[in-house]
Amino acid sequence: MPKLIKGVGCPYCGSSCDDIEVLVSDDETKILEVHNACIIGTNLFHHANDPTRPKLPRMRQPDGSMKEVTYPEAIDWMAKTMLKAKKPLIYGFGSTNCEGMSAVARIAEKAGAVLDNCATICHGPSFLAIFDNGYPSCTLGEAKNRADVVVFWGCNPMHAHPRHTSRYSIFPRGYFTQKGQMQRTVLCIDPRETDTAKLADHHLMIDQGHDYELFDAFRTVLRGFDIPETVAGIPREKIKEAAEIMKKAKFCMIFFGMGCTHTDGRNHNIDAAISLTRDLNEHTKCSIMAMRGHYNIAGPGQVWSWQFGFPYCIDLTKGSHAHMNPGETSSVDLAMRDEVDCFVNVGTDAGAHFPIQAVQHLKKHPFIAIDPNFCMASEIADLHIPVRIAGVDEPGVVYRMDNVPIQFRAVIKGLPGVPSDEELFDMVYERMCELTNTQPVWLAAKADRKYPESPAVI
Amino acid sequence: MPKIELNMITQRSIEEGAAMEKGKTNPDYFDACSICEMHPEDMKRAGIWKNTNVRVTSECGTVIVKAIMPTQYVPPGLAHIRQGVWANQVVPPRTQSTGTPQYSGFPVTIEPAPAERLKTALELVQGAVGLWKGGQ
Ligand code: SF4
Repeated sequence: MPKLIKGVGCPYCGSSCDDIEVLVSDDETKILEVHNACIIGTNLFHHANDPTRPKLPRMRQPDGSMKEVTYPEAIDWMAKTMLKAKKPLIYGFGSTNCEGMSAVARIAEKAGAVLDNCATICHGPSFLAIFDNGYPSCTLGEAKNRADVVVFWGCNPMHAHPRHTSRYSIFPRGYFTQKGQMQRTVLCIDPRETDTAKLADHHLMIDQGHDYELFDAFRTVLRGFDIPETVAGIPREKIKEAAEIMKKAKFCMIFFGMGCTHTDGRNHNIDAAISLTRDLNEHTKCSIMAMRGHYNIAGPGQVWSWQFGFPYCIDLTKGSHAHMNPGETSSVDLAMRDEVDCFVNVGTDAGAHFPIQAVQHLKKHPFIAIDPNFCMASEIADLHIPVRIAGVDEPGVVYRMDNVPIQFRAVIKGLPGVPSDEELFDMVYERMCELTNTQPVWLAAKADRKYPESPAVI
Repeated sequence: MPKIELNMITQRSIEEGAAMEKGKTNPDYFDACSICEMHPEDMKRAGIWKNTNVRVTSECGTVIVKAIMPTQYVPPGLAHIRQGVWANQVVPPRTQSTGTPQYSGFPVTIEPAPAERLKTALELVQGAVGLWKGGQ
């Protein structure tokens, strides 16, 4: 009898939906049906059935082809390569669990590496602004239960977080928002008329790249001063009207995305957004949230902040202390300056998502990809090590975009012989300790750690 | 051949996300990402027919993509290639000292290239690092 598993988490986007139901085969090796998920989540679960999923590491041969090797060989090669490198870079972690992130940090320490995550190319500027200006945020539950004005600034959840609007932001009926969408006024600020803009009550079609001016214009209006006839392509009256809507809200919620962080101004745009949130709190309640891309991209920020005090761009090469300085210790800048001599890509695809020149620089040195599937990074790597898929055949803790931790479960049995990220990193760490004649102190510390029997009761 | 200068942005789309989860060598991923959306007026100015190939050139690279009518309205002067392998052939790696490349808001030149061939994701990435073994 196929089994229906309820309360499953979807390991794709930052909405981290935890209401998915998955029908699995009798022997718990195949996913038959996926309920409640959006098309991306559905495809993700079904892709885990792919019979061509790699089961063994592959090493690149002198003729450019890939040859399968055993796990111990791959672990040995990775340990030696990382120890040999002067400044290895470990990057990724959009799509893995916190256990793996914690384990990899020990390797990074041992190797004197730079540790970075996908935030470096997406919400990194938001971190910078948050350091400077604070983060008056809330949880998605509060947004659902309270927000009657919702602002989407430079983000397009209908495409990037498909169920965000139905679970948290526009449609759901909450405690103080019992009429759902009817009770909410939605503003969208975007240079394109995106599918989210089509859903909005007011679309402010901003001139691309002029976010800072518009944030500033809102602040000026809120403080009772006049503004020019048009700002960032938006007429004065429209800006005043939108400012009035936000001001009159019972609870205003601002979501911002890549439209602000990927363009000119970067962290300064977010800085202005946070200041606008603060200003609005003079009049009503207002909160702000970054639309984090992956289901657990908030995770490395949390885990590494506990371990090292910094969320990303962590330079451990000094051996004595961690050092963070985006622009200097960030992956793309390190790559472009040719400062790293070994690259490890974990649970992301730098091959597809870095500007191609950065990939060309990284590829001059040993390139290791750790990924459950074939991807662009694995296809140019010198060594590709497959692992289990967090949230599908490996459980673990993930942090949703509002930094709420959720215990994800495994729905099927992992491929025989394929380790999880955490197990793999622990083995590499152990091998590095053997090679350097040191004690694997961190393994002893968690020797008796076990996954809870039934994660749902937590 | 006429050319136009446009402001390029590269952002997510659900088609890209859904195809990526089937695998980046899947034909769906190719169809979803090897395209460039721009305003019909801009196409006319550059002599581009819809659904024909164009060459997009930025300060740091060039890529052949298919010009299509916008799936989500793009105003004149703006062009959009969905996030992915094709977009990243032209994304400038400059980061304004924040670590984040200029994924959105960089100038490009677009010109018709109807006789040029679209390359696959693998060909572009492996080709860039000298590993591509397939044909031209
Ligand atoms: S919205 Fe995001 S988390 Fe939810 S099912 Fe879709 S991809 Fe998964």
